[in-house]
Amino acid sequence: MTPRRREERGLVRPYVVTDGRAHPTRNTFDLVTLVMAHGDRPLSGLSPEKRRLMELCLGGALSVAEIASHLRLPVSVTKVLLGDLVDSGHITTRSPIPSAQLPEAQLLQEVLDGLRARL
Amino acid sequence: MDSALASDSGLYLRQTVKTAVKLLVVGHFAVGKTTFVGSLSEIKPLRTEETMTQAGALVDDLTGIKDKTTTTVAMDFGRLTLSDSLVLYLFGAPGQQRFTRLWQDMTRGALGALVLADTRRLEQSFDVMGLLEDHGLPYAVAVNHFDGAPAYPEAEIREALDLLPETPLVTCDARDRTSSTQALISLVQYLYARTTQEHA
Repeated sequence: MTPRRREERGLVRPYVVTDGRAHPTRNTFDLVTLVMAHGDRPLSGLSPEKRRLMELCLGGALSVAEIASHLRLPVSVTKVLLGDLVDSGHITTRSPIPSAQLPEAQLLQEVLDGLRARL
Repeated sequence: MDSALASDSGLYLRQTVKTAVKLLVVGHFAVGKTTFVGSLSEIKPLRTEETMTQAGALVDDLTGIKDKTTTTVAMDFGRLTLSDSLVLYLFGAPGQQRFTRLWQDMTRGALGALVLADTRRLEQSFDVMGLLEDHGLPYAVAVNHFDGAPAYPEAEIREALDLLPETPLVTCDARDRTSSTQALISLVQYLYARTTQEHA
């Protein structure tokens, strides 16, 4: 089992990136949730990792998986940072299709059309 | 890191993209998943990592301490912009049974999966096919062509893999973009047929 670390108060916490949290404030991020940053929000006061994330995302829309990969952070950590940045109004997200629903025929038709156009 | 942040125009999605969909490319070790994703992706395939334990995962991952209760699993993925509004992500997923949480994350919201198989090691595809069935994700099977691998009649491969009659079985060359695209088309045609049948 993972050793208990609660007593090690004097040590620098390596999970400082997420303020010690393993889960985001909202559970709405999929690997392909699209993230868009708002350019009008101040970056001052953000942690270095959140600032890096914002600098990346201000260039254009990316998926959660791409953000994690470009920042070389685990997806779980990236989701925590993204949850905070949604809460603070720095980013908005566009969720993928609802997972509980069967994909609409129309969506699959669009995927098919797009793939066929590549041949 | 710096290169990733460079304002290289191919890095970001088109501003008009509204919907992202996800397909999985799964199979056993060295079956060609990363090659397949690389043949199709418009961006250089990226790698992302998931840590596989709950408590302590972040601690261990960020300090680099190797804790045997923590496993880091890498996934390679790529991107295909299919229209002004639609983008497809392809995730190459490891087939190991033990990565249950990773599978839950990956299969959530996925449209379906393409199982890559190798005729020299067909039996190694059973685990991943079982996982897909456990997660209720529809799939097609693509036999990846390896030089020197025996070519069997389709019926024999179907029997060896114990495929349902409706499960598509195609052959492909994961190194070839057209061939890989055709394999994906077979999968999506199948998904489309299922959806329209179930709504009929």
